Amino acid sequence: MLNQYETVFITTPVLSDAQMKEAVGKFKDLITSHGCELIHEENWGLKKLAYPIQKKSTGFYQLLEFKADPAFIGKLETEFRRDERIIRFITVKLEKYAAEYAEKRRKKVNAKTQSEN
Amino acid sequence: MSTNSSEIRYLTPPSVEVKKKKYCRFKKNGIKYVDYKDPEFLKKFLNEQGKILPRRITGTSLKYQRKVSQAIKRSRMIALLPYVTDLLK
Repeated sequence: MLNQYETVFITTPVLSDAQMKEAVGKFKDLITSHGCELIHEENWGLKKLAYPIQKKSTGFYQLLEFKADPAFIGKLETEFRRDERIIRFITVKLEKYAAEYAEKRRKKVNAKTQSEN
Repeated sequence: MSTNSSEIRYLTPPSVEVKKKKYCRFKKNGIKYVDYKDPEFLKKFLNEQGKILPRRITGTSLKYQRKVSQAIKRSRMIALLPYVTDLLK
C-alpha cells in the first residue's frame, strides 16, 4: 500500500553546485528506482540555519514529495545517514489533511513558477 | 464627611482590561493542518526566547495545540526555528 511521504533534507554549503545537484539526484533516483512515484520536488536553495549544525550556519534545503511503501522508508533513511553530505533530514508521512495541504501548496508553487518563466 | 472618605476619585478612570474572548484560530479559520515548513506562521506561537506559548495565552484548543507543538518541534529539527534565542521577533 503506497503511502504519501515528504522529506526535507539539508546539504552542507561546502558543496559546489554540481555536487549538490548530484547528491539530490542520487536520492531522486533512489526513490524512482524502487518503484516509488516522485510527485514533487522543491529546492529552497541556500538558507541561513536558525542554529549552527556541524559548525555550519547555512545549508541547501531540498524538499521531496513521493509515494512509497513503508518498507522503503527504512532504506531511504539509512541512505541519508550514510551520506555525509546530508547534515539533517526529516521524513514525514502525509495523512489526509496533510496531503490536501501539500496538494494546495503544490498548485500555488507551480502557478508561481509558471508565472515567473 | 463620611461619604467622600469612602469614595476614592481617580484622576484617570482605571482602564479595566476588557477581557476579549479568546478563540481557537484553527477552528475559526478552518485550518486543518499545521505546516512545519513555514516558520513565519509558527512564530506566532513562540515567545521572544523561542519557547512555545501555553494555550491559556494563545487560546488554541487542545487538539490544535498538540499539532502546533509537533510542527514547531519538527521545524526546530530542520533548523527553520531556533531551540532558544534571545530576540526572535
